[in-house]
Amino acid sequence: MEHIGAAALPIIIGLILLFGFFQGVDVFDAFVSGAKEGIATSFGILPTLIGLIVAVSMVRASGLLELVCSLAEPAAKAAGVSSQLLPLALLRPISGSGSSAYTLSLLQAFGPDSETGKIASVLASSTETTFYAITVYFGACQCKKLLYTVPAALLGDMAAVVFSVLTVKFLG
Amino acid sequence: MINTIWFFMIALSVVSAVATDRLDQLSQAVMDGAAQAVELSLFLLGSMCAWLGFLRIAENSGLTRLLAESLSPVIDRLFPDYKDDAPLKGKICMNISANLLGLGNAATPLGLSAIKAMAEKSAEDLPSRGMVLFVVMNTASLQILPINMAAMRASCGSAEPFCILPQVWITSLAALAVGVIFCKLAERRTARLRH
Repeated sequence: MEHIGAAALPIIIGLILLFGFFQGVDVFDAFVSGAKEGIATSFGILPTLIGLIVAVSMVRASGLLELVCSLAEPAAKAAGVSSQLLPLALLRPISGSGSSAYTLSLLQAFGPDSETGKIASVLASSTETTFYAITVYFGACQCKKLLYTVPAALLGDMAAVVFSVLTVKFLG
Repeated sequence: MINTIWFFMIALSVVSAVATDRLDQLSQAVMDGAAQAVELSLFLLGSMCAWLGFLRIAENSGLTRLLAESLSPVIDRLFPDYKDDAPLKGKICMNISANLLGLGNAATPLGLSAIKAMAEKSAEDLPSRGMVLFVVMNTASLQILPINMAAMRASCGSAEPFCILPQVWITSLAALAVGVIFCKLAERRTARLRH
């Protein structure tokens, strides 16, 4: 199964190159001119990234998540799921590396095929790191107003939490 | 919006660190976070350049146009404003395809290239409805095979690393649908605000 992952990338790059080559594109020249654009884009989002990641690492170090989780514990009990899943639900939208480390610890503690392990697996792979995507995308195009982006994205994340629990409970 | 969120993330962290006596860890976190951001952007710099290079080849060869045409029924409905902009639709399709294939490292550069092109088209100071929808779609994660998760499950000794597939499909589709429907409803309200 790791083979699928390892194969996907070279196959796609190979297809792009083959198609380009046989369409008569000067592939290397095209590559270089495209790559040039990447430099400005990645340096352009650096300030945004620093602001976001500093805030996220402060939240993680400050014990804020534990505090919020202890407040939300009754809700988890009422839904019949392990309260250990709460930090994952809160961490998932803000930190990709943080939530994947936490998912790993849940899988190790509960076992990957346990109910909690499955909910964690489903939740972790069903949404993206919402705040990272929002800040990076809008940072790159220098948009200051976000209109309804945040509520729409967070509503999606909440749906993911609810559905990850429901699907695992009903489908096993 | 992002100003308020950022303010509260930091302010509440400081309060919480004072309350739980973690000020040492907090000051460490500030420096670590800043350093991590630089590391990440250096990593991004490489993958960004590589993917935008491959994107340019795909664009020049007409591959993205082909992809855009085949995904047109879906794309035109989601992004009606860009119906006639084939290059932009190509960029959107490349980003969606990368997401579907679970190639996160490729999806971000391709997506950034798409949203920059959208921003150039919108003269206003507000993001266009297409830009908001596009970002919301990128905060959801619809992928055909969650390979990384399956690998993580296998490494923890799962008997069936892929047994979560139907659950992941339903959940990610539901999350995506909720985001998209919310956007489509909100578009109507802000349409009045724009004019």
